[in-house]
Amino acid sequence: MNETSTLRVTRRTIARRRAFWATFLMGAAVMAAVDEIVFHQLLRWHHFYDRSTTDVGLVSDGVLHAAELVALVAGFFLLADALRRGAVDALTMWSGFFVGAGAFQIWDGLVDHKLLRVHQVRYDVVLLPYDVAWVAAGVVLLVLGLLLGRRTDGERTT
Amino acid sequence: MTDATVVPVMSGVLSVTREHDHGGAVIGVAWLLLLPLALAAVAYLGAAAAERSHGRRSWPWYRDVAWSAGLAIVAVTLVGPLADAAHGDLAAHMVAHLLAGMLAPLLLVAAAPVTLALRSLDVGPARRLSRLLASAPLRVLTHPVVAATIAVGSLWLLYATPLAAAMRDVPLVHELVIVHVVIAGYLFTASIVSVDPAPHRAGYALRLGVLVLAIAAHSVLAKHVFAVAPTGTAIVEAERAGLVMYYGGDAVELVLLIAFFAEWYRSAGRRLRVGGGHALPGPG
Repeated sequence: MNETSTLRVTRRTIARRRAFWATFLMGAAVMAAVDEIVFHQLLRWHHFYDRSTTDVGLVSDGVLHAAELVALVAGFFLLADALRRGAVDALTMWSGFFVGAGAFQIWDGLVDHKLLRVHQVRYDVVLLPYDVAWVAAGVVLLVLGLLLGRRTDGERTT
Repeated sequence: MTDATVVPVMSGVLSVTREHDHGGAVIGVAWLLLLPLALAAVAYLGAAAAERSHGRRSWPWYRDVAWSAGLAIVAVTLVGPLADAAHGDLAAHMVAHLLAGMLAPLLLVAAAPVTLALRSLDVGPARRLSRLLASAPLRVLTHPVVAATIAVGSLWLLYATPLAAAMRDVPLVHELVIVHVVIAGYLFTASIVSVDPAPHRAGYALRLGVLVLAIAAHSVLAKHVFAVAPTGTAIVEAERAGLVMYYGGDAVELVLLIAFFAEWYRSAGRRLRVGGGHALPGPG
């Protein structure tokens, strides 16, 4: 192994790792946007604010909302930064995107809805099936993302 | 929470008194405030034109557009149909506030007025200006934490106290508050993105942290206005105002975030070219 090829591998690893976290942020932000657009605006299952939220829930929702906006913009610029550092395969980026989307969905289903009770998936219905479906969708996305990531790891070592 | 049955009655009473508030004397103040705006426009466009005719370095046309648009937006919140509507309706008032406190400052900062002033002024005044910018009071005021506390904190004072109703019903209070939010918004925006030279610019991590907290506080306040109508405001009116504040604020914050990360991207690119491309710190 000569020095330049080691350096190239290190640079590619840095680029891949950065691209993963950039697309992770984008995935989480897109999932949050889907939640906002589909369930708040179109279906109107969720409420903008259901007036039963605790103060802690309201503040955490505000921080989460700010984080969403930041994640969306930061994701684009971090990805552009990663790509100018070295080549990154598409699967790494899809992996990051789905892991991010799944992680957000699980967080939203467990912490926002159940722990902090910011709002519920739907009102005036039996909640359990909705909650299970919500978190299960997140698990599916997360596992899909991890599988995609594993395949790219395999490709890299061979 | 405000009692829903009392509020409409109260706002009905207030809307009667509001009609009498449009006296000539108070309207005069709004028109008087247009004078400094016009002076600022003439000074800037004149300096930019002079800069171009000297021909050493050109001054980009879009900065002229940003400056003029920023001033025009402030003017629209002081006189005209929007300013009139803002005296009667909290949602219209909120539109005026978004324009004056967020969009106009963003455009004014993008116009880089300090850079233009430093280039156009003679050596003596220019040196005094840069000394003023480096002075302790301005250093404190343009620190992200201080600037954000003033900008967002004063909004909390306005909307979570009876000031909200006074501001809507008494034109003079409305105008003074507009002047305040323009200046506070400018200082906050300038503390987050560097278009103009700023001695002692805070690091990316601190600026990003402040930005996240400011956006969070803004969205929490929007929900507070939505849920707990300010005194003398009908619930429906407050709900509309809260939504305007929430989504309108998002739109401007998105642009501010893009400007912030674009600045980071450019400076990281410069370091990348200098350092050969490894072990570079991220924005966090």
